[in-house]
Amino acid sequence: MRPALAATLALLVLFLALGLLLPEWIIFVLALALAKGLVVLGVVLLMYGGLVSFGQGLFFAVGAYAAGFAMKLWGFQDAVVAVALGATASLIVAAVAGLLLARYREIFFAMLSLALSMILYGILIKAYWITGGSDGLTIAPPRVLGFALAGEKLRLALYALTVVVTAAAVYFAYRYARSPLGYSARAVKDNEVRVEYLGVSVAHAVYVTYVLAGGLAGAGGVLVALNVGHIEPQLAYWTTSGEFVFIALLGGTGSVFAPLGGAIVYEVIRTYAFKYSPYTWQLTLGAIMLALILFMPGGLWTIYAALERQGRQWRLSWKRTA
Amino acid sequence: MATVLETHGLSKSFGGVVAVEDITVTVTPAEVVRIVGSNGAGKTTFLNLVTGYLRPDRGHITYLGKDITGRPPREVTQLGIARSFQVPQIYRGLTVLENVLFALAARQKESYRLWGPLMTAERQAEALTLLEPFGLREHADRPVAELPEGGLKLLDIALSTALQPHVLLLDEPTSGVSSKDKFAVMETLLRVLRERKVTVIFVEHDMDVVTRYAERVMAFVEGKIVADGPPRDVLADPAVRKAVLGLG
Repeated sequence: MRPALAATLALLVLFLALGLLLPEWIIFVLALALAKGLVVLGVVLLMYGGLVSFGQGLFFAVGAYAAGFAMKLWGFQDAVVAVALGATASLIVAAVAGLLLARYREIFFAMLSLALSMILYGILIKAYWITGGSDGLTIAPPRVLGFALAGEKLRLALYALTVVVTAAAVYFAYRYARSPLGYSARAVKDNEVRVEYLGVSVAHAVYVTYVLAGGLAGAGGVLVALNVGHIEPQLAYWTTSGEFVFIALLGGTGSVFAPLGGAIVYEVIRTYAFKYSPYTWQLTLGAIMLALILFMPGGLWTIYAALERQGRQWRLSWKRTA
Repeated sequence: MATVLETHGLSKSFGGVVAVEDITVTVTPAEVVRIVGSNGAGKTTFLNLVTGYLRPDRGHITYLGKDITGRPPREVTQLGIARSFQVPQIYRGLTVLENVLFALAARQKESYRLWGPLMTAERQAEALTLLEPFGLREHADRPVAELPEGGLKLLDIALSTALQPHVLLLDEPTSGVSSKDKFAVMETLLRVLRERKVTVIFVEHDMDVVTRYAERVMAFVEGKIVADGPPRDVLADPAVRKAVLGLG
């Protein structure tokens, strides 16, 4: 079996097992972290192409609201269908927005992506007769694969769905990173001139990556909505998008597994920071970001990378002496 | 005789500075042409015009009977015209092998494939074969950032040859390559390109290389072609001797 597939399956089993062992509140925090990790995975794919999006909240909200409308207005009740609908809606919106954004780079890309998310935020706030305005929408407990569950069983089923979708997305991102398209994105970051002089379209590579990142953010949005049971315009607000970039930097871009690690650490820090200092928890996160940029610019993944390097050296020296 | 590449009255100015003026050139299939000229003579501008990096103010460019004037680099490349650069244009964040694999995927029109790895066994074998004549095969797994300047130059050329172009434009291919290696590299390069019947236009700064390998030389002086023909005649031209060779 391929190492990445084996690692993904191992993590899948581990997280599913944790769902049966850990207290309910930790399961909730983990579910939120993994769902946000999906969005961050998209942010990291864009970073491979040298692009920083401060507007992934757009797709996060599109996914959540599409699922919310589907369940509230159109009678869809299944969580799996909701995830598929939310991700598809985000892919469609990203496919349209990408036509504009694929033409821009650097600060213009970052600001345009932010602008689009803020337009959606404005619409969600003002169209209160459909969206519920700043109060948002409450989502009724969904069915899961046709089963009507409640209480802890529903919580566990939604967590399991989040774990499965996240594992599938991570493996997909891994394959993407090694595919010609993934290399196209990296090549765009490295040298756009040579990309065009190999007959490859820079805009096309950026566009497809942007759409994929949008789909991941949409899936993440639905999963957050399902786990929380409520959606609100804040999902599209720029601070939410900033949070995803924060997590991407916290986890690092060294691997497709890094965003998940970053998201879990972030969610735990945020939960405890909020618990012990409810009025200054942002200060705690700011201090962590400062320390990270100063002392660990490659993110938490550098710790794993260093350990892996050390382990390889030990194995080599052990083989030599044996 | 059939022509591969033709330019008619090609002109380009930057503000008040005339970079190239009224360049009319005809290149036949599998011909090897070397462009010489002092700094600022318009050699690289000419390559930039032909490959679509710059749009000419006047004149037009024909490739295999088709007008390609003003077409962007991507389209020109897809038509079969590749180039290397004076300053190597490579992917410094990738390994030597990954650079070539990416170029091969581009030739195979698989750059946008989402499923399936870039590094397939077939592509890897072809990449290693391609790197061999450039002396880069043993460096295949090294990050590009670790290569010496000459190695970067050769990798840039390897990327353009990976596309299997009909016409190849090489901008000072041996600058930065050690004087010990440059003749061996040039001979290997010429042999490979002749085997494939590639039409080649070199921009050349090294007169040793010109006198040793050139069949046809074009001399640029202040944006114009002042001599075009066999090297012996061109290098004996008084205008060339004065402006290009700094003699007389």
